[in-house]
Amino acid sequence: MNTNHQTALAQKLLFLADDELILAHRNSEWTGHGPILEEDIAFTNIALDEMGHAATWHRLRQELTGEDVDTAVFFRDPAAYRNVQLVELPHGDWAFSMLRQYLFDVYELVHLAQLATSSYRPLAEAAAKIRVEEIYHLRHTAAWVTRLGLGTAESHQRMQTTLDTLWPYAQQLFVNLPEDEALGEMGMAVSPSSLLEEWQHLTTTHLTQANLIIPTNHMPPTTDRADHTDHLTSLLAEMQSVARQYPTAVW
Amino acid sequence: MITTTHIWQALEEVKDPELPLVSVVEMGIVRDVQLAAGSVHIKMTPTFSGCPALDVMQRDIAAKVRALGFTQVTVETVLHPPWTSDWIADSAREKLQQLGITPPIRHGGNLIPIAFLDVATCPRCGSTNTILKNTFGPTLCKSVWYCHECQDGFEQFKAL
Repeated sequence: MNTNHQTALAQKLLFLADDELILAHRNSEWTGHGPILEEDIAFTNIALDEMGHAATWHRLRQELTGEDVDTAVFFRDPAAYRNVQLVELPHGDWAFSMLRQYLFDVYELVHLAQLATSSYRPLAEAAAKIRVEEIYHLRHTAAWVTRLGLGTAESHQRMQTTLDTLWPYAQQLFVNLPEDEALGEMGMAVSPSSLLEEWQHLTTTHLTQANLIIPTNHMPPTTDRADHTDHLTSLLAEMQSVARQYPTAVW
Repeated sequence: MITTTHIWQALEEVKDPELPLVSVVEMGIVRDVQLAAGSVHIKMTPTFSGCPALDVMQRDIAAKVRALGFTQVTVETVLHPPWTSDWIADSAREKLQQLGITPPIRHGGNLIPIAFLDVATCPRCGSTNTILKNTFGPTLCKSVWYCHECQDGFEQFKAL
C-alpha cells in the first residue's frame, strides 16, 4: 500500500464513521421522546448500535492515521466532518426518522456485503461483523415503512412528503469521490455508484408495496462530503460541548 | 505453576454484566488465552459491536487474570471471525432459560431465515403460541415477545 492508497483508505473510513456517528446522534435525540415506550427503547438501541459501528470505523482509521478517536469525534470542526447531508438533517417526525433510517439501512446492507470482500483485511472483517447486526435494523425500519405507508391517510401523507424530501439526499451516498479510484485499483472498496442499482431495486420494491410513489428527483443537493447544512453545526455544538468544556475530564 | 487451563477456569467467574449468571467464556466472548514468559495475552470478541458492556468485560477479564498474580496482561478485541450466538454454550443456554430469556436458535451460519422467523418458545411454559412484539428489547441483544398462554411478555436472546 503506497501513501496515496493509505490516504484514500483513511478518508473512506472517515466517510463510514461520520455517516454512522451523525446518524446515531440524531437518532439518540429520540431517547425519552419516542411515541411509545417500546419504540423509544428500540430506536435508542439502534442508535447505540450505529454508535458502536462508528467507533469500529474510527478505530480502524486510527490504526492508519494515528489520530485518537475521541479527538477526531469531539475536537473536529463541522467543516472537517465528511458525513452525507442525509444524516445531519433534524430528526423531524417519526415518519422522517424511520424512513431515513430505512434508506440508510438498505444502503448499509448493500455496501457492507461489498466491503466484506475488501482486500484490506481489517475493513473486510469489520464489514462482515457489522453486516449481520444490520439485518435487525432493516427488519425493524422496513416494518415501519409498511406500517406508516399503509396506515392512516395522515401517516401515508407524512411518509410521502418525507420520501419526496429524503430521496434526493439519499442519492449523495452513491456519488463517486476522488478517493474511490485508488481504492478500486487496490480492491479495497467498490465505487459508491456501483451500489446504486441494487439499492434502488430494493427500496423501490419495498416502498411501492407500502403504496408510496418514488420521487422523480434524483439530484443530490451536493456531491461534496465537505459541504454541510447549518444543522451539522448545531448538532456538533451540542455533541462536543462537554468534551470541549472539560478536555481533561475522565469518566 | 499456573497454566492457561487455570486462566480459563478463572475467567469462568467473569460474568456478562447484562446477563449476571452467564460467564464470558460460556458466551464465547473469550476466544484465546496465550501465556508466555509470565505475560498473558487474551483475545476477546464483541457479541454486538455496539454493546455498552464491552469495556466493563475487558476490564473485568484483565482484573481477574491480574488477581492470579500476573502483572503483564493484555486484552485484545478481535472482530474475526465475527461472534455468532451459535457459540453460546449449552450451560449458558440453560442459565438464560432460568433468567426467563429464551436462548437463540442455532442457525449454523444461515442467519437470515432465523432472523426473520417469527417463532420463539416461551421460557416459562414452553408454548410456541407467541408473537414478536419488538426486534429491539431492553438491551441490544434481546428481542421482546408475548406468550398467548401465559399472557405475559418475555425476552429472547437474538440469533446472530
